Amino acid sequence: MTTSPLVERLLRGDRRALARVVTLIENNAPDAHALLAELHIHGGNAHVIGVTGSPGAGKSTLVSQLARELRRREQRVGIIAVDPSSPYSGGALLGDRIRMQELAGDPNVFIRSMASRGSLGGLAVSTRDVVRALDAAGYDIIIIETVGAGQAEVEIVRAAQTVLVVTVPGMGDDIQAIKAGILEIADIFVVNKADRPGADQTVAELRMLLSLDEHKHEHRWRVPIVKTVAATGEGVPDLADKLAAHMQSLRETGQLAARSGQQARSEMLALLQSALLERIAERVSPDEWQSLVQRVVERKTDPYTAAAIVAKRVGIAPEGTSASHSS
Amino acid sequence: MAEQRKIRVLVAKPGLDGHDRGAKVIARALRDAGMEVIYTGIRQTPQMIVEGAIQEDVDAILMSILSGAHMAIFPKVMELLKENGVDDVLVMAGGILPDEDRPAIEKMGIQGNFGPGTPMATIINYVREHVRPERLAHDLPPVSTPGASLDDPGNGQRMTQPTEAAQ
Repeated sequence: MTTSPLVERLLRGDRRALARVVTLIENNAPDAHALLAELHIHGGNAHVIGVTGSPGAGKSTLVSQLARELRRREQRVGIIAVDPSSPYSGGALLGDRIRMQELAGDPNVFIRSMASRGSLGGLAVSTRDVVRALDAAGYDIIIIETVGAGQAEVEIVRAAQTVLVVTVPGMGDDIQAIKAGILEIADIFVVNKADRPGADQTVAELRMLLSLDEHKHEHRWRVPIVKTVAATGEGVPDLADKLAAHMQSLRETGQLAARSGQQARSEMLALLQSALLERIAERVSPDEWQSLVQRVVERKTDPYTAAAIVAKRVGIAPEGTSASHSS
Repeated sequence: MAEQRKIRVLVAKPGLDGHDRGAKVIARALRDAGMEVIYTGIRQTPQMIVEGAIQEDVDAILMSILSGAHMAIFPKVMELLKENGVDDVLVMAGGILPDEDRPAIEKMGIQGNFGPGTPMATIINYVREHVRPERLAHDLPPVSTPGASLDDPGNGQRMTQPTEAAQ
């Protein structure tokens, strides 16, 4: 495989080339796939960290402080900050750089803001591919800051090796709310704004919830709870230690390979899914599609039969299925 | 999807004045016009603005300044852009820019010069019409090689040599 000039410059550490590659990836430009193929080969060295949690928990400030701490440890840091797109205008106001000003001017930090562009789950569709670009460009640690997330925004699991869930004291019953979705994805819990009253209680509640969950972590990584005050940097060195410890644990237990496998699998499935949808769009005209939908609505047929008809047309009907009638 | 790609704009407040209501209102208006706006906040140095524009690969930069320091800051921004080979970005300014400075500002290559009372629609349309058309094509042109580097980026320890890739 030959290296395209743009990727060659990216590999040499040219920040403009990196930024341009990210733009091409983000916009799914015609040559994006070729670029990604090249980038993938050069990657695989970065520790990818996901930071998620409710809006206002202090994620941006924490990411900024964490990046500074990692810089003190001589790590090159890439940051991808995802913010929501407006569902109405499609525009977005990306404000994470405001809290990352202290990192500006450090040539070993690269920050890129991304709009979610309608994607749910806390990431943009191309976030994983942007990680690929930063990874190839030689950043040791890549931090993904997700859209402020509630319970179901757990896409980050498929993009990161270590997931930080950030919460704050005084959320009260909200701790209950994070039980299900977000509690399960945390590799490290951060109780930020820990100088506020109730921090210890929040830690205690989390510890209790996590102890109920312990059997799931068969690889014996005990989810630590780290107290931080991101505004002052308190607790951040401890957090950086825990991140390194988690990576070490992932390596030692074989979980790193397992996670990579899961992520590659889910990525391929997602790609196949969209390829399939494209193929369906090619073979089934919008009118046809609409009339099938209408028939389901009018209860002349059911969604399963209608889907089977489409599947047959596209040539992916599972063996043994027979659309009960053709249209 | 045959939609044109989103216009990305960096909105920044250079210099020391802390009054960013205007910048925020404009940032929001641009968002509502469907653009992706990177708002960097107040007290931006020329280095921060240029570095931000590079990393975010924006189509346009809009600087809002009220302090009167524009004749010190704008030339520095333009110089750094040039040094880094950033030649395809629309650079605009707004705020309090005295009439007598306008010719000089325009000569630097800074466009727009939106004073107080400029309707939002004017600014939005200006951005839409003046962003380099080649940037909005799906196939962006390759970035030009910078004449000099803002800071030395060549210190990635595990940077892979390009030759390894040529297989």
